[in-house]
Amino acid sequence: MTAVHEMLEKAPYLRVDEEVIVRLLTTALKEEVEKAGIEHVVIGLSGGLDSALALYLCVEAFGKDRVLAVRMPYKTSSASSLEDAQAAIDDTGVESLTVEITPQVDAYFERFPDASPLRRGNKMARERMSILYDLSAARRALVIGTSNKSELLLGYGTQFGDLGSAVNPLGDLYKTQVRQLAAYMKVPESIIAKPPSADLWEDQTDEKELGFTYFDVDRLLYFLVDQRYDRDKCIAQGFDPEFVDGVARRIQINQYKRRTPVILKTSSRTVGIDFRYLRDWGL
Amino acid sequence: MKVGLAQIRPKLGRVDENLRLHQELIRRATSEQVDLLVFPELSVTGYQLQDLTLDVGRPVTDEHIQTLLRESEEMDLVFGFVEESEDHIFYNAALYASGGEVQYLHRKVYLPTYGMFDEGRYFGRGNSIRSFQTRFGRTGILICEDVWHPSTSYLMAQDGAKVLIVVSNAPVKGVPAADHGNKKVWYDILTNIAVLHGMYVVYVNRVGTEDGVSFFGGSTVIDPFGWVQDEAPLFEETLLTVDLDLEKVRRARYQNPVLRDEDLDLTVRELNRIREKRRGGDSR
Repeated sequence: MTAVHEMLEKAPYLRVDEEVIVRLLTTALKEEVEKAGIEHVVIGLSGGLDSALALYLCVEAFGKDRVLAVRMPYKTSSASSLEDAQAAIDDTGVESLTVEITPQVDAYFERFPDASPLRRGNKMARERMSILYDLSAARRALVIGTSNKSELLLGYGTQFGDLGSAVNPLGDLYKTQVRQLAAYMKVPESIIAKPPSADLWEDQTDEKELGFTYFDVDRLLYFLVDQRYDRDKCIAQGFDPEFVDGVARRIQINQYKRRTPVILKTSSRTVGIDFRYLRDWGL
Repeated sequence: MKVGLAQIRPKLGRVDENLRLHQELIRRATSEQVDLLVFPELSVTGYQLQDLTLDVGRPVTDEHIQTLLRESEEMDLVFGFVEESEDHIFYNAALYASGGEVQYLHRKVYLPTYGMFDEGRYFGRGNSIRSFQTRFGRTGILICEDVWHPSTSYLMAQDGAKVLIVVSNAPVKGVPAADHGNKKVWYDILTNIAVLHGMYVVYVNRVGTEDGVSFFGGSTVIDPFGWVQDEAPLFEETLLTVDLDLEKVRRARYQNPVLRDEDLDLTVRELNRIREKRRGGDSR
């Protein structure tokens, strides 16, 4: 039994109906892109699990000839990430591009040599976003997002960076569910097996940085967010009180990353407040 | 009696294009000798209209609606639209058209306004649950959330309906749960209604996605014994045709005479007592 299936044995409530959900995600992804009058998609491929699953879903939805995968390494990006991204490209047969971000990132930080790893990481994420959106215009292709529900709720992502996309097929799937679907979609084993990492600096891993495992936090998020358990009820489920409080706080303080900028209302109809239309207006 | 279930994907706010989509389905259904063609809730407008409600709302006398009415000369039609009343209240309505005329208009009574739903912000609330006569027998129409209130199907059965038409824009949610959460709940509800009242349930749900929210489809006909007679696929546009045999209602109600044995007086008496109690009156 694989690691993810052992997890799902312990937390069966996180298990998704693979066949139904892949059919749903690919059907809806295709519709949301095509009804905007667009035929192609572009996706940043890091070598990690999320972007790999998003790639496989895109290929299933659009066919390999309408998908562009872009690798955007920085000089400290691990060689294995590049290789893993290549394995997914080779396996799916999609067109790919590699655009180094080292020159522009380094040129910028020559002015700010003391910049923190956080600033550098954010800059890299936004550099990649800006490349994807440039290719979006060049290729008439929509940018496909790769942030999962765990990251969105924890605020573990860069605003206007990796959080920026046109359509995100993974945003309502916890990391554990991404793992389940990646196994189902036959994403290369090397990608599934390695520890999740933003790969912004050497030896960075998500779980080291966050201080907990995705499996633990996914179970807690399920009770907190989906089941709306209160603090006491979560603790009664066996979660450590500090863990519950820390995660609840992360969810709250990162709400700004999940919303468009605040607009100060003066008129009787204000964008984002009472000028209410879906993005799919007329589509 | 052959029923057509038009499991379509309307475009949001595009009455003109959706009218053409209706006409295309009507052509196809005509070639399949359909007697009654049922479109989903808000089939003429799309679902999450928000501020488009003002633009798409129109009275029954509107040219688009009259065009659809004229299409019902040969084949009966049920379609959904935003009906604007003379005093400019907007209703989520479903219209039964036959012989080129309005046979019945149902205004949705229970407007979901919680969680992902926002209907009470935009729509007025209907105030009647009634069956009506069609050339096939007495029929009732309920819209989506209406059917989640057990009183509505009960009233329809008591009012003589042998066929209950349920139109919806039911979304995908709770897929992570086993058995595709929402569809299973819907089928359980519809099957129970069919069995409890010995009536046919004709269920038509839309497909497609609006800002990431997908509608699951799965339109179906459940016979008066509670068997799923046929089922449209999930997520795909389909015209499903199903033969209804109204003699089945007769046998179902003979075999399981719930309707005969129902004590309407008792129900009314107890409901009146409960109403009094809630008003703070005598609560025995």
